[in-house]
Amino acid sequence: MNVLTPKAPFQRIVEQHGATVLRICRAVVGPDDAQDAWSETFLAALRAYPDLETGANVQAWLVTIAHRKAIDITRARARAAIPVGEVPERTSSVEVPGPGRHELWADVAALPDKQRMAVAYHYLAGLPYAQVAEILGGTVEAARRAAADGIRTLRLSHSRNTEGDEEQ
Amino acid sequence: MTHPDVAELLARLYEPDPEALSKLRDSLVGAAAEAGVLDIAYRTVDSPVGTLLLAATDDGLIRVAFDREDHDAVLVSLAEKVSPRIMLAPARLDRAAGELDEYFAGTRRAFDLPLDFRLSSGFRRSVLAHLPEIGYGRTESYAQVATAAGSPRAVRAVGSACATNPLPLVVPCHRVVRSDGSFGGYRGGPEAKRLLLSLESGAPVA
Repeated sequence: MNVLTPKAPFQRIVEQHGATVLRICRAVVGPDDAQDAWSETFLAALRAYPDLETGANVQAWLVTIAHRKAIDITRARARAAIPVGEVPERTSSVEVPGPGRHELWADVAALPDKQRMAVAYHYLAGLPYAQVAEILGGTVEAARRAAADGIRTLRLSHSRNTEGDEEQ
Repeated sequence: MTHPDVAELLARLYEPDPEALSKLRDSLVGAAAEAGVLDIAYRTVDSPVGTLLLAATDDGLIRVAFDREDHDAVLVSLAEKVSPRIMLAPARLDRAAGELDEYFAGTRRAFDLPLDFRLSSGFRRSVLAHLPEIGYGRTESYAQVATAAGSPRAVRAVGSACATNPLPLVVPCHRVVRSDGSFGGYRGGPEAKRLLLSLESGAPVA
């Protein structure tokens, strides 16, 4: 694993973690708000960067910031009365399109918030459950369960969808 | 029938488009500058003395570094000494890059750029302050510079001020040579110093 010292030039932080942060923003807030979430996350990170403790885990720190931004965005969207979890039937400019992917995006979006976030932080950002628990609040066991439940739902739905494809 | 595992599929599903990512980085630079949290902007430029790193704060150009200094190491050192809020922001160094191009093309004799001297202090800084007075195509000895900087006996200190000049080329430490006429050391290497002095001695200047 490539460990950066906290005082690496910020550019290196963006280069090393930009893709992962975009991935989790995409998974947690959906395609429409992913880019805004990414920008707000890195702007906040840049602002706070000089105060980051020496030896801190940069990726976990970024995911924590992204999580807060995602919650802000989700709340703002709820206030605007747009249902959370609806994914438009189109590809976003932030990802490479491919066959059979819309269903999975929709499935991820349909997961309960905690499960969706636990899946994103553990499976996409690669954070251990202890860190996922710290970010989400609650116990390590609860974080593990949320991720496992989320993945089980996705797995079931995915095998249904791909079987459907093959029948056609 | 084999299904790729969902976790693996997720990772691939969310593979961001590199172009979208690079646009996001660009707009982050703009937002950071606007918010006043972009402390150091940098870029590289190609030149006859190799790839140069240019770095600037809001106050002006703070560092010019040669390839042999290791640009990554220079950025890490800037992060420690000035601020880690450092981003690649080429447009913010367009003017410096343009003036260096003109200098190497032989059409510019002096630089007209805001400079940030915070990386040097004390006697070294007064040496650097004197250097731009040595005109294009001329040279001075370390001893002459020592006298001009107010400490005639500090010849060795002039040597180290030149050797640690954070703004080579723009602050012309290459115009300081040994009393016997030999070149002396240079942060960019002896070849670079020779190239600059011969450029300045024979360049057609518009």
